[in-house]
Amino acid sequence: MRTFKIALAVLATSAGAAHAQVTPPPIGQAQDDQSGGLVVDVEGGMSAPLPILIPAMPTSAVASTPAGSTDELGRKLAQIVDDDLRNTGLFKTVGPGATRAIAYSEVNQPNYAGWSGGQALVQGYVRADGNGGLTIGCYLYDLAAQTELVRQGFRVAPGDWRRAAHKCADAIYTRLTGEGPYFDSQIVYVAEQGPKGKRRKQIAIMDQDGANHRFLTNGQNIVLTPRMSPKQNAIVYMSYEGRRPSIWIYDMSARSNRRLVDNVSQNFAPHFSPDGRNILFSMSVAGNTDIYRIAVSGGSPQRLTNAPGIDTGGSYSPDGNRIVFESDRGGTQQLYVMNADGSNQKRISFGGGRYATPVWSPRGDLIAFTRTGGGAFRIGVMNSGGGGEKLLTSAWGDEGPTWSPNGRVLMFFRAAQGSGRPDLWSVDLTGVNARKIPTPIDGSDPSWGPIRP
Amino acid sequence: MAKMTTGLVLGLALVATAGCTKKRPPELPPTPAETPVATDGGESSDTVAGRLNEQFKREVTSDTVHFALDQYDIDSEARSILDSQAAWLTAHPEARVTLEGHADERGTREYNLGLGDRRANAAKNYLAARGVSATRITTISYGKERPLALGSDEASWAQNRRAVTIVIN
Repeated sequence: MRTFKIALAVLATSAGAAHAQVTPPPIGQAQDDQSGGLVVDVEGGMSAPLPILIPAMPTSAVASTPAGSTDELGRKLAQIVDDDLRNTGLFKTVGPGATRAIAYSEVNQPNYAGWSGGQALVQGYVRADGNGGLTIGCYLYDLAAQTELVRQGFRVAPGDWRRAAHKCADAIYTRLTGEGPYFDSQIVYVAEQGPKGKRRKQIAIMDQDGANHRFLTNGQNIVLTPRMSPKQNAIVYMSYEGRRPSIWIYDMSARSNRRLVDNVSQNFAPHFSPDGRNILFSMSVAGNTDIYRIAVSGGSPQRLTNAPGIDTGGSYSPDGNRIVFESDRGGTQQLYVMNADGSNQKRISFGGGRYATPVWSPRGDLIAFTRTGGGAFRIGVMNSGGGGEKLLTSAWGDEGPTWSPNGRVLMFFRAAQGSGRPDLWSVDLTGVNARKIPTPIDGSDPSWGPIRP
Repeated sequence: MAKMTTGLVLGLALVATAGCTKKRPPELPPTPAETPVATDGGESSDTVAGRLNEQFKREVTSDTVHFALDQYDIDSEARSILDSQAAWLTAHPEARVTLEGHADERGTREYNLGLGDRRANAAKNYLAARGVSATRITTISYGKERPLALGSDEASWAQNRRAVTIVIN
């Protein structure tokens, strides 16, 4: 269904060929043996970010492509790698605007001794393939050890040129931190505008860095809480279409939407199961809200909770065996965990205030939540069994966390007191790198999709 | 803001996809995102009031009852308001109503949808207990999506924790 792909380019490794000056740098496995060398500590790295040089990526021959000329692209690609790495807070980047231009022949033969001001060096190239595609090479070097740490290449359609830069940044981040990738991913969220009493809301999708933004709904109905399928082939959300607040599903390949839960009772708070086959949701019947499960294909929902109170916000563990949810059955909103069939419901939150919107980390170890109390909404995490609670933000109105694909970063929405105008923000697990995500209008209810294939 | 053609939205609920665009625009990088200007017929929630609703609002004590923080019980003030609504509805047996439940911004979004549903149903149950057939009453929760007062202060929040009775015919 995907008409564009990022193909890992595995080119012939003919390094010493006769056309050494113009032969594209070979793409293969990095020579590095993964032992020793540069390491970036994701816990303590913020205090001493790693200086990394990212010159513009040269091209073998300047060519015009639908994405622009290849020499312009080389600068833009390096800038995206720069932005991705800098935004983690773990790197002090020196980007294409502050480094000298490199020659095409230099890409896989770095001038180690000639660089200063960095510990690591990112070099790459861009080449227009004859068939309308682009090949982007991506190399990472340890300047002190004079070793190659990453060597990757990506073949992309011109429309996906930004993805090649994100893949390159992901390879560098992964190699230096040991953490999983997350830059080549997308966000679905609610783009909103207008007066506080009548916000106009639209489902929108964009790349993780805010690029390639587009609206998926036209704003005629209130739409809330979009969530991307783990397979990235669907978005589930809640809509007030026809004054019947219920869950809809949008099929990305068919480009069509349908009401998933067809019931006179309000249903909301959808979340995909990790295998993408089922959706957890909440339904309110005569003032009582419980959690149900329904197949993505539809059919009869299965009820999972039946305690008096509002049970909502169900989110699966990554293995699909357990569900964390919020309930006010004990008086105020608190977090509970149960088995996927609804059995063995146990409370896990015991701090002060209320706990809401739990989401299980893709790594399984943590649960992120919104904690309310003392006049503020804050984002925090706790261990999946409860305990080990840590609050990551301290603004007036932070709500609705969603995990990056690697479980290192949380995105959420933040509104200042009285503004009624939320924006998307992200913060990493250290809590010290809070950052506003650029969106064309206001934003809320983000859902971070998986790393793209 | 209005640069994008309205043809883009064309009344379709969903107008674009991610990930599998077969006809990708030839010019890249993509155009800066702008806000489509939809031919919006108006929010249905704002056009639901029927012909009788103005009369209803004139002749009852109030069309709105209020609630305490995170509560949904009908207090004495709410009872007298709902009593006047029940009397009016008894005198106008052809009238059908919808009860909109709302919450203030101090709850999380999904929880507030449940809380608004509780409030709408609390008011509905009271009217039913006063003799108004439950089949004449529907409910809908807006959670914190449609505040009446726009401040972030106790006075505004108190106004927003409400259930509103609207005659829909």
